[in-house]
Amino acid sequence: MELLRLATAGSVDDGKSTLVGRLLYDSKSVLVDQLAAVERASRDRGLEQADLALLTDGLRAEREQGITIDVAYRYFATPRRRFVLADTPGHVQYTRNMVSGASNAELIVVLVDARSGVLEQTRRHLAVAALLRVPQVVLVVNKMDLVDYSQAAFDEVDRAARACAAGLGVEEITAAIPISALRGDNVVDRSRSMPWYQGPSLLELLETVPVAPRPTLEPARFPVQYVLRPQTDTHRDYRGYAGQMASGILRAGDPVRILPSGHVSSVAGVDRLDETGVDVAVAGQSVTLRLTDHFDVARGDLIVAAEERAPHVGQDLLATVCWLSDRPLRNRARILVKHMTRVVPAVVGEVVDRLDLATLVPGGHPESLEANEIGRVRLRTATPLAFDTYAENRHTGCFLLIDAQDGTTIGAGMLSAPSDHAAV
Amino acid sequence: MTVADGQTLSLPMPTNLDALESEAVHIMREVAGEFERPVLLFSGGKDSMLMLHLARKAFWPAAVPFGLLHVDTGHNFQEVLDFRDRIADAYGLRLAVASVQALIDAGTLRERPDGTRNPLQTVALLDAIAEHRFDAVFGGGRRDEERARAKERVFSLRDEFGQWDPRRQRPELWQLYNGRHRPGEHIRVFPLSNWTELDVWRYVEQEEIELPSIYYAHRRQVFRRNGMWLTAGDWGGPRNDESVENRVVRYRTVGDMSCTGAVESTAVTVAEVIAELEVSRITERGATRADDQLSEAAMEDRKREGYF
Ligand SMILES: Nc1nc2c(ncn2[C@@H]2O[C@H](COP(=O)(O)OP(=O)(O)O)[C@@H](O)[C@H]2O)c(=O)[nH]1
Repeated sequence: MELLRLATAGSVDDGKSTLVGRLLYDSKSVLVDQLAAVERASRDRGLEQADLALLTDGLRAEREQGITIDVAYRYFATPRRRFVLADTPGHVQYTRNMVSGASNAELIVVLVDARSGVLEQTRRHLAVAALLRVPQVVLVVNKMDLVDYSQAAFDEVDRAARACAAGLGVEEITAAIPISALRGDNVVDRSRSMPWYQGPSLLELLETVPVAPRPTLEPARFPVQYVLRPQTDTHRDYRGYAGQMASGILRAGDPVRILPSGHVSSVAGVDRLDETGVDVAVAGQSVTLRLTDHFDVARGDLIVAAEERAPHVGQDLLATVCWLSDRPLRNRARILVKHMTRVVPAVVGEVVDRLDLATLVPGGHPESLEANEIGRVRLRTATPLAFDTYAENRHTGCFLLIDAQDGTTIGAGMLSAPSDHAAV
Repeated sequence: MTVADGQTLSLPMPTNLDALESEAVHIMREVAGEFERPVLLFSGGKDSMLMLHLARKAFWPAAVPFGLLHVDTGHNFQEVLDFRDRIADAYGLRLAVASVQALIDAGTLRERPDGTRNPLQTVALLDAIAEHRFDAVFGGGRRDEERARAKERVFSLRDEFGQWDPRRQRPELWQLYNGRHRPGEHIRVFPLSNWTELDVWRYVEQEEIELPSIYYAHRRQVFRRNGMWLTAGDWGGPRNDESVENRVVRYRTVGDMSCTGAVESTAVTVAEVIAELEVSRITERGATRADDQLSEAAMEDRKREGYF
């Protein structure tokens, strides 16, 4: 059965938790003991109806404050599809958790309150969706019951949200759906209160949108995670490179290049986690590659198909960075970069510009990025990295910025083409 | 493009289990690549057997580059302990056992009035981590088990007191896992985060993974407490007002005898267990774990203190 990874986003109180609770409940994914627990907790809080938000707000602080702090992952299935849903927080302070949830999503549901329309946090979430290149963006206009299920109200929010999304670089809005999460209109079942809306309910849409194909058509990229040298009687001379195919396909016999050294070899064989040799490694698979030559290949190296488009190799990087730390990023900061299986020291050359979420225009030379801001940054790494741009490859064009002292993840970076250097 | 397209179409579509397997293997290899002293928590239960199976695949044909650690409450099922030892032996793996009973005997820990030893495991676990200087600890936790677990990262930092701070979790993006930590801190790693109970059983079926016998229906002396069937034993049950019955049951999870309940079932094969789960309307922990029913945040509180 097909799997769809999706994330929900939206400003605080726009109704995310209620929507997710409703999706789980109406698709019969809530089991009796979970429901009993929610009913008990709702009664304790003096509520008459079960508060479905309590299904997903799994932390004590979340239930006490009535807000979502961290991503909750939910697993549910309908007869047509399986879903992994990342329910992300709306509060600006917890944007880092929203970014975590959205980074692996193939589809993001952005909620907007029909009464208040597009807020700054909605803009930030649309900007993050555009930046992370989430393939599909679905706009959901919630609380339609509070605006008399009016088409005019929906159209207004829809128009404003589309304009904003386009300004931020979202290529296309997959669909826009008017709903009431509280009453269940257009969540699982189509609503009778909005005859003017002809489209599918949210769940129908989620069950039928095309799932992104695996990146098998991209050039082959194989980051080496670990070198296997058993030196046992049965495998005395065995030397295999363990890793997960980031993109493309490699077959036995294919000529390959090892980066950053540049050595050329070819694939002797592919082992699929046991004695079954399979002769082909496909994007997404964890395998072990054997090469025909014994070069010094180590964790952090990248094996690519020699006859396909080569990655960029360099130490001077330009990246769009989503800053996730409470301490600002400043020019000349020393940090660590984790790119695929390699961790290297780096120094921040300059914060080039910063996105202004009110005007949607990047502003020049801000010198620093504050928490939850997005901007372009120049970096120089201590050793060369082999990479694709994020636009070319969602797997090999991203990296983490890590605090060199306490090890915390402080930013998410997406690489641009080195030729952009001239343009900025 | 036609050549490439044709080639792609001829490749078999990966199944959901293939994808979960590749993800878990990727996570284990990241740990082996970045940490000095990893260890795999191993009780002999289904999630730990699954982890061990994945670890063996991840490093084939080399040996698994880390050992096993079990926290024994002193109230574990004998069948499962025997199974644990046999498996560790068969695969030639180092097994360290942290004993709650030993800590009680030494006076470091005191028995709780309700007799349950589950919360006491945390102390034994943290002691063992400190003693062996483990820096990465694989746990079999899955996000679908419980709503506090649903919030946990794949790489989850523990401070020098073993504590989890759910409000300050590191961002975790793409498939990039950050294993950096300071001396004294360690990382809990959950390679099965995205598996559901059904995925686990389907994989057990596909890979023919051996499990302890108590996962399958069998006759057993049990008594009813808090809506669950518990096994009679010298850990403290049954009380005078509880009566022992002979029932056909199986376990969905395996842990401390004082708080792990059995469900009535006639499923004696993996296929029958799967068929039963497909129509089940109650969660694994709800059916079988008394410790989670203590309060609304029972699991979160234990996790904060350093529990699995
Ligand atoms: N009238 C109405 N209220 C809603 C709807 N959806 C959510 N709410 C209410 O809006 C408030 C915030 O909802 P919640 O789901 O906690 O928002 P979150 O912060 O985005 O997770 C709660 O009081 C909900 O009951 C809706 O469709 N109609």
